[in-house]
Amino acid sequence: MNLRWVVRKPPVPLGVDPLPQRSRTGVNFPTDWAHRPLAKTVRAGFVEGVMRPVVSTLALPTRRGLDRLDILDVDQPVIFAANHHSHIDTPLLLTSIPRPWRRELVPMAAADYFFGNSLSGAIAALSLGAVPMERNKVNRTSADKAVELIEAGHSLVIFPEGGRSPDGWGRQFRRGAAYLALRADVPVVPVHIEGTSRILPKGRSRPKAAPTTVTFGYPLTPTDGERSQDLSNRIEAAVAQMSDEVSSDWYQARRRAHAGETPSLAGPRVGAWRRIWALESGPKRRSRRAWPKV
Amino acid sequence: MIQLPAGKTNKRTRTPRPGFVLDVDKSTPPILFHHGEGLKLEKLPAGRSRVIYPAEPHDGLSDPDGAIRDALDNPLGESEPLRALLTPTMKLTIAFDDISLPLPPMRKPDVRQRIIEAVLDLAAEAGVDDIHIIAALALHRRMTEDELRHAVGDRVYDAFEPHGALYNHDAEDPDGMVLLGETKHGEEVQMNKRAAESDLIVYVNINLVSMDGGWKSTATGLSGYQGLRHHHNVETMQASKSFMDRHNSELHHSNWRMGKVIRDAGVKIFQIETTVNNNTFGVDGPLAVLQKREWEWNGRDRASFAAMQAGLRRMPAATRRKAFQSWLAPYELTSVQAGEVEAVHEVTTANTLAQHLVPVEGQTDVLTMGLPYICPYNVNSVMNPILVMCLGLGYFFNLYRGKPLVREGGVLIMSHPTPWEFHPVHHPSYIDFFEEVLADTTDPIEIEQKYEKQYAEDEWYRHLYRTSHAYHGVHPFYMWYWGSHALQHLGQVIIVGGDVRAVKRLGFRPASTLQDALEMAGDVVGPQPTITHYHNPPIVMADVT
Repeated sequence: MNLRWVVRKPPVPLGVDPLPQRSRTGVNFPTDWAHRPLAKTVRAGFVEGVMRPVVSTLALPTRRGLDRLDILDVDQPVIFAANHHSHIDTPLLLTSIPRPWRRELVPMAAADYFFGNSLSGAIAALSLGAVPMERNKVNRTSADKAVELIEAGHSLVIFPEGGRSPDGWGRQFRRGAAYLALRADVPVVPVHIEGTSRILPKGRSRPKAAPTTVTFGYPLTPTDGERSQDLSNRIEAAVAQMSDEVSSDWYQARRRAHAGETPSLAGPRVGAWRRIWALESGPKRRSRRAWPKV
Repeated sequence: MIQLPAGKTNKRTRTPRPGFVLDVDKSTPPILFHHGEGLKLEKLPAGRSRVIYPAEPHDGLSDPDGAIRDALDNPLGESEPLRALLTPTMKLTIAFDDISLPLPPMRKPDVRQRIIEAVLDLAAEAGVDDIHIIAALALHRRMTEDELRHAVGDRVYDAFEPHGALYNHDAEDPDGMVLLGETKHGEEVQMNKRAAESDLIVYVNINLVSMDGGWKSTATGLSGYQGLRHHHNVETMQASKSFMDRHNSELHHSNWRMGKVIRDAGVKIFQIETTVNNNTFGVDGPLAVLQKREWEWNGRDRASFAAMQAGLRRMPAATRRKAFQSWLAPYELTSVQAGEVEAVHEVTTANTLAQHLVPVEGQTDVLTMGLPYICPYNVNSVMNPILVMCLGLGYFFNLYRGKPLVREGGVLIMSHPTPWEFHPVHHPSYIDFFEEVLADTTDPIEIEQKYEKQYAEDEWYRHLYRTSHAYHGVHPFYMWYWGSHALQHLGQVIIVGGDVRAVKRLGFRPASTLQDALEMAGDVVGPQPTITHYHNPPIVMADVT
């Protein structure tokens, strides 16, 4: 037997149409292996041994509102829906979301960005446990995969804005998180992340340490007959209220929420430079005291 | 409103069992005695001993936040729903129980946080601006930032404390207190000025025992020495039989008279009372064995108890104290009532007693109790000898309805190390009380007449109370008066395993072992006395007939 014939793929005869190649990147990137026990153990070690110290150093996180999750059953899968400013948001959430959800957490990552080639896809799948998802509209494959994961007991992390903020302000939430919550009938935990745009904003490659605040909101349960757009609006409103809570205080935020005056995550509808100025005149950064008071 | 999904349900497999009285026989295993920051197993004499066991924890509410909102919207008695009482221009004061409740402190979220957030959410909806939140601590020590944060939660603390709108009550602030009048018995009614001048006081209670709540919340919690001396005295305490039974408590009668003065002065109160279950040490977890009945300890329980004993023996005292004080009880909310003070308190008391009360037939010659590491006045602190006396002769002795568990002239045996040790920041006047007053006399009446005024008006103690975290100068006197009914009733008090010098200073007899103590008790009550043991905590209250 010719050895070359054994090791080489046989050529397609001329005049025969080859079978279409199924893409192994993007939404079709295989990630099942990354949710098997061995990969989960490796990832848990990476999260605790590498990711947590890096996040603690770079992001100096303050975590608020964890008590609001007490009303959930501990074995209840949920969808964590957060605003998105920076690549560090995912590691920050992976180290902030409490157990038992942390162990079974699956971030839904942009298929075109993280799973565009085999190497980046494998890194995202192994280190973050990420699963690919379209940015613009959830297709059947992604949705089926996500629901399958929820039914298997996993909780999802989704950034409903569809990508990182280009200028530090938020963008309108897309319906993906709400759609999945309705389809899988699980609560959505709105999460607000503040401060990561100062660490590694879109367009910058070198991170700079800055304090951050992660605020968890009360879980939102889909109601009977609720449309995905309505649930998505509720998630966005809850995140906006937490943003207001962080920039003022909880009581003032509740007052504005009741009065329908919660500031929008998207910021003022004015020119780009005025938006940036408005952002900088926002909440003061917390300074770390270098010396004790004497 | 914030929309919440259905809350957790308690996944218990059976109905909680009521408390009961066990007659000790030869097959009864050794009984658990708390011994400060330690534990003991003691064999009680068969045939003449009985043990009173607390009821198992009642089921908690499946949706506590929903129950709180429901209580605020559907008040008891002559009261409108809270949302109808809130207006944008009003002056609103929210007062809440201090660090002394519950015991041990509960896991987050604290009941007070849940309620205060619900109240503030309604206030936010109504657009109320002028809100003060006050820790109603009377003459107790000021709570620290961490303790306040634990009680009200970070969200409330961060929203109000930086603006000076969340603080500890100061009963010695000359500009911060006001006299509302006198009762028909000539008792002055004093109150925090901000609270008294508010359009509405919302008082948030945790009713751990039946003594808590009612008019005592505002008439005591927001008062000062000028008002408190009218019921925190020997005569009142000796006439309170017991102070855990409101209808037979002179302490409560006085507070109720003061409540009438408060109401007549036009102070409007919206009372919120809550009860928690008996889940002090958890159904599972490292201390679960402490709330199981001894004959039901399985292999794991016995191993964990032995390991705990071995570990505690090897720990330095400070580490042991830290370990115990760090325990947060997994209490669950069992009921919440809101509205008019007296109507609310009637329902709350019934709910509290339903968890705690155990029917007991007849009194006993000798009452034994193992005192735990904590009482209302040593949270994050040291249980000094005066507090040992107060916990045993004050709180535990008075956990009865009808008649005291022990007959008049009987003997009380308490197990506690009773160290000669004081927290210098929290209890400065206790040190002097122990060194100066108790060295002179242990008679409550003589102590009251001879020393109380001087300690109550001491400028240094006043300064420490107002600016540090010290109990008021008069507080150790109140601890002693708290036990005055028991002192009057009992023939002798014996402390097992205590510091001999400290026990003698208290006027009690020291004993090395329980067997020694029982023999010593025989000198007072005769040979072969009947013995009853209070298996407490979790809390049990005897309904003695």
